[in-house]
Amino acid sequence: MSIDLKTIKHIAKLSRISIDDKKAKELEKDLNSIFEFIEVLNKVDTKKVDPLTSIAETSLKLRGDEVKTKNIREQILKNSPDKNKDFFVVPKVVE
Amino acid sequence: MSDIINLTLSALINKIKKKELSSQEITNAYIARAEKSKDLNTYITTDFENAIKKAKKFDEKGNFDYKLPGVPIAIKDLFCTNNLKTTAGSKILSNFIPSYESTVTQHLWDEGAILLGKLNCDEFAMGSSNETSFFGNVESPVGKRVVPGGSSGGSASALAAKLTPTTIGTDTGGSIRQPASFTGTVGLKPTYGSCSRYGIVAFASSLDQAGPMTQDVSDAALMLDVISKYDTKDSTSVNFKRGDYFKSLSSNIKGKKIGIPKEYRVDGMPREIESLWQDGITLLKKLGAKIIDISLPHTKYALPAYYIVAPAEASSNLARYDGVKYGYRSEGESLISMYENTRSEGFGDEVKRRIMIGTYVLSSGYYDAYYLKAQKIRRLIKNDFDEAYKSVDAILTPSTPSSAFKIGDKTDDPVSMYLNDIFTVPVNLSGLPAISIPAGKDKNNYPLGLQLIGKAFEEQNLLDISYSMERELSFKNNLQDWWIK
Repeated sequence: MSIDLKTIKHIAKLSRISIDDKKAKELEKDLNSIFEFIEVLNKVDTKKVDPLTSIAETSLKLRGDEVKTKNIREQILKNSPDKNKDFFVVPKVVE
Repeated sequence: MSDIINLTLSALINKIKKKELSSQEITNAYIARAEKSKDLNTYITTDFENAIKKAKKFDEKGNFDYKLPGVPIAIKDLFCTNNLKTTAGSKILSNFIPSYESTVTQHLWDEGAILLGKLNCDEFAMGSSNETSFFGNVESPVGKRVVPGGSSGGSASALAAKLTPTTIGTDTGGSIRQPASFTGTVGLKPTYGSCSRYGIVAFASSLDQAGPMTQDVSDAALMLDVISKYDTKDSTSVNFKRGDYFKSLSSNIKGKKIGIPKEYRVDGMPREIESLWQDGITLLKKLGAKIIDISLPHTKYALPAYYIVAPAEASSNLARYDGVKYGYRSEGESLISMYENTRSEGFGDEVKRRIMIGTYVLSSGYYDAYYLKAQKIRRLIKNDFDEAYKSVDAILTPSTPSSAFKIGDKTDDPVSMYLNDIFTVPVNLSGLPAISIPAGKDKNNYPLGLQLIGKAFEEQNLLDISYSMERELSFKNNLQDWWIK
């Protein structure tokens, strides 16, 4: 199977990455060559195989929900590209 | 001063403990050399002024019982460092200053080490040649316009060029072992769960693991002692009984059973790699090990499975870069177009490719066909190793299918770049420990590495075998310092 230009644009949208037509064509070529390389997996019969989701395969431990860092608000906000007082600022969402 | 930079980490520590060298002398020596080695482009951020201050403080009232007393170390720029810019080699994090320290780097400072600065790497550790970094290519000291490998390329180059006595990298598909192999250095990827992932910029969480990159095997054991610790801040950290790796190092490997997997003899592998492997087998026999032919039948499916699992996890991990709380932001008329423009301008081509692959394989209708399928293949690959380890203690393979290549040689074809990791990726998929040690050179005099793969949590065994081999191999890089200005 191959991935067409329309699908590329759809994936870009899902990925929240804007691409122009030239970039979409490049990605179409690259992704198809990568998926061609991946296709070989279909030759393996995995009907009776359980997926391996994690190497550790243990259940996650519980811990108390406690605040351990103190007074880093300024430090955190300093990294923000756009802020107003103690808020992060984004383009207007509600008209 | 030239004496200082030629010392291994353990030799350096001995001199400090005997007070034959001060932390300031050592720190100044490495800084002076780094200043003359800018052409290699190993550093993204230097912290030299602070390093000198810390060295002075150590000399005045430092604790000489520490494992890394006053030792200056540069690290891969994928580890978050409190109050010091951490970029992951990306434009999108080019102005990010963490408010916390990664667990692994904290262990270094707790043992007396001093941070020199942050080393270049492929963007978000995605690459095998350090050519995807937003901060430019890194050159390898082994030859002009030669790649150091990747993604820990800046680390490998800085270590081989003697700009740092040791370093740490991260390995998701070979990012410690492949650059170590390309630069004639030692690179250890510990068992998944050994070293905490807390504070390391995430690429593929089920595969990522930090590890030491060193001049020799004893240095790797020493560094592992420092960084391998259980950490409650990493939910996949494993609480097992860790060894006393450096002290326990032994070169007696008589009777150890070493497996040679026939599937690693791939088509088109250069003869020099084949003979390097053969020489390694001969050496192990001479050292008293027993060689056993084994089969890892699903090896050829490892790389394709990796290129589903790793991008899938990456696409999810990298969803956080949206230009709101930190990092680069581009403008947009709406919230969505701000996100889309930020991510389009902030990420490089390889990262975008992988986010797109990952998003596709996780998208509605394709999950079972790709992601679930890859996880099932992952099980089969791990089963292969489990089966092999019923009859052997470790496995010997080449580290890479070729030696280092020139900058620009493989950038046009993503798949040919991916093939670099063909021998290293199965290890990450199975969570196993593996080490690359320098074992020879190719016709251009570029280093070649051998990889030893061990059983989970049996790093000591791996270190002992490579230590005994290293003593016989007596590999020397013999670099000509051509890059020094």
